[in-house]
Amino acid sequence: MKYLDEYRDAELAQKLAREIHRITTKPWTLMEVCGGQTHAIVKFGIDELLPKQITLIHGPGCPVCVTPLEMIDKALEIAARPGVIFTSFGDMLRVPGSTTDLLSVKARGGDVRIVYSPLDAVKLGEQNPAKEVVFFGVGFETTAPATAMAIFQAAQKGLKNFSMLISHVLVPPAMEALLSSPNCRVQGFLAAGHVCAVMGFEEYFPIAAKYRVPIVVTGFEPMDILQGVLMTVQQLEAGRAEVENQYARSVRREGNQPAQELIKKVFKVVPRKWRGVGEIPASGLGLSAAYTAFDAEKKFGLADHHVEEPAECMAGLVLQGLKKPHECPAFGTRCTPEHPLGATMVSSEGACAAYYRYRRQPT
Amino acid sequence: MSISGDDPLTRMGRVDFGGIIKEACLAYVPEVKVGDYVIVHVGFALSKVDEDEAQKVFEYLKQMDELAELKEGGP
Repeated sequence: MKYLDEYRDAELAQKLAREIHRITTKPWTLMEVCGGQTHAIVKFGIDELLPKQITLIHGPGCPVCVTPLEMIDKALEIAARPGVIFTSFGDMLRVPGSTTDLLSVKARGGDVRIVYSPLDAVKLGEQNPAKEVVFFGVGFETTAPATAMAIFQAAQKGLKNFSMLISHVLVPPAMEALLSSPNCRVQGFLAAGHVCAVMGFEEYFPIAAKYRVPIVVTGFEPMDILQGVLMTVQQLEAGRAEVENQYARSVRREGNQPAQELIKKVFKVVPRKWRGVGEIPASGLGLSAAYTAFDAEKKFGLADHHVEEPAECMAGLVLQGLKKPHECPAFGTRCTPEHPLGATMVSSEGACAAYYRYRRQPT
Repeated sequence: MSISGDDPLTRMGRVDFGGIIKEACLAYVPEVKVGDYVIVHVGFALSKVDEDEAQKVFEYLKQMDELAELKEGGP
């Protein structure tokens, strides 16, 4: 497919890798923010093309993985109620809550449905006026335009039986939280290309300046990632800490204005808990005052759950880049995509799932 | 690919993903025309792929080659 295949050209990728080898003189630790990038890196073995001095650590950019346990529990509670059609992206169905998961709720007779787009959930609301249709709105800035539009259209249509359980998160505050941690090893970021396609990359300039860290907006194909690494290492080797855009074919500096406008209209910035990380101030989106009628937490009167995460799962450390998935004693044994202990093993963007799928055989 | 609907907020397009055709909401890319390439996420086109920018990495690699040849051929 055009704009995909040519960015997977092995020979050109090798050329970029050789250039990285040529310019690297010191050890550097970079973080790729997005789970989509993590999967590409592990799938195509991009980390193995890099010089030994360069370490890639996998960032928190997997929306399913960072959704806190109590939000999953709330989803399970709503989904189990009679008269509810609970809709979600497929990734969320196997994520373990405290006692069960959505797939099991469905097996016991709950009406849980996978949708491709939040607009499909709005449509279900129109088609089933006697039911309460709830959409599980998780995701980063990439998904926010879609959920914002679903809420906006539901409001325009006057849909009373549609609501959303929202656990939207924002990338830049999470990067800042990582950078402010005393354990932080990250010296440069590959920023998430599709998040920036929506939001642009103005937000990163103060972060790069404050923490003296290069931030390169990077795409998802092997050549994108290699070029992103090259641009980051060029900066590090030269002592620069700037914001650059590797993914200019899809990302403009100002981002997607119409999408940002609707996000701003429908949502407001709120503090949000991240699974395995804890609460980060101003790191999420919740419904703005005009749209609270669509807030499933309010509609279903869900009290605050406070739940401990399973002790054996080290997803929190993996999400902060402090541990690699295969360093977990449960990896691939007591924790697999079929029977996951934590969300990082479930999601198609989770680091543990990437390692399970592509790295189980010792290399 | 085809485009349907006049209301900019509900404009939909049929997008060909290398053989699989799916509907996508075009509300956020008012500038796209039939034949353009777009980035689609959960049923929404989020950005139009810029043809010129897409070529730049290949030009960069070509320049790297030419530079290397110059060095090899130089005194």
